[in-house]
Amino acid sequence: MLAHAIFFYFFSFVAIISAIMVTVSKNTVHSVFFLILDFISISCLFIMIGAEFLGMIMLIVYVGAVAVLFLFVVMMLNVAQQKNQWFKSSETSTHIPVGLIVSLIIFFELIIVIGGWKYKPDIIKNFSDSLISNSTNTHNIGSVLYTEYIHLFQISGMILLVAMIGAIVLTFRKREGVKRQNYFSQISREKKQGVELVEVKSNEGIKIDV
Amino acid sequence: MFEVSLGHYLTLGAIIFTIGIIGIFLNRKNVIVILMSIELILLAVNINLVSFSIFLQDLSGQIFTLFILTVAAAEAAIGLAIIVVYYRNAGTIRVEEIENLKG
Repeated sequence: MLAHAIFFYFFSFVAIISAIMVTVSKNTVHSVFFLILDFISISCLFIMIGAEFLGMIMLIVYVGAVAVLFLFVVMMLNVAQQKNQWFKSSETSTHIPVGLIVSLIIFFELIIVIGGWKYKPDIIKNFSDSLISNSTNTHNIGSVLYTEYIHLFQISGMILLVAMIGAIVLTFRKREGVKRQNYFSQISREKKQGVELVEVKSNEGIKIDV
Repeated sequence: MFEVSLGHYLTLGAIIFTIGIIGIFLNRKNVIVILMSIELILLAVNINLVSFSIFLQDLSGQIFTLFILTVAAAEAAIGLAIIVVYYRNAGTIRVEEIENLKG
């Protein structure tokens, strides 16, 4: 139990520090790297408390896909060298005190809710039938996800498809001077346009104009 | 102190959520950092769901975390595509210079 506590405090400390560094770091590339560190430590926490499948999925999806996507965009847009101007805004702006006040109010509300909250002592018995003991976390998730939540699972697949098509459509542009393959003109090409049969007379040859 | 309870995980989620909101409010740099702050907020929500799921012995929280993960990935892809298109049109993604909406 002591080791559990030590690991919990270590990973949560790393997660909080890297979350702060995501917001305050001067270089955007460093922000992305701290975001990756944050995801890794949170997924270590997930694996530690027994949600192994989600921890691994979070490593694959966030660290492997989303963070790399962020990194690509940051490097592609050449915004990495923009310096962060935290406290030297040009005009007299009130966003810093207002933002801090709103954030701290939200934080204290959350802490009040967490601190003054208890659950009924028999609530675990009401829920515990969905966990099958003697089988792994992945097996349990699969047996619930593909039976009770199958429609939501399909809909999430549709959401991913729509996101993929949307991203492609948004970033697609036609540029001048670039030769592209035009499938319609390729397919609709006929024999008349491509091949011409010419009667060639003897000793005269034929003039080909291309 | 050494007994890691549900409250510890909820407090961690609350702290990361607050850091995400601070990042959205106080950001003057570019929109990509705002998207990263949104990812932090979604991560805090995931922490809450998974810790409730583990401590209450109910799998629904983990299933919903999976769906939130899906939606977060889709949202990141769409948001980054919009940012790329905006950068191509306007030439900047600094928060202070995006003032077409007058808001």
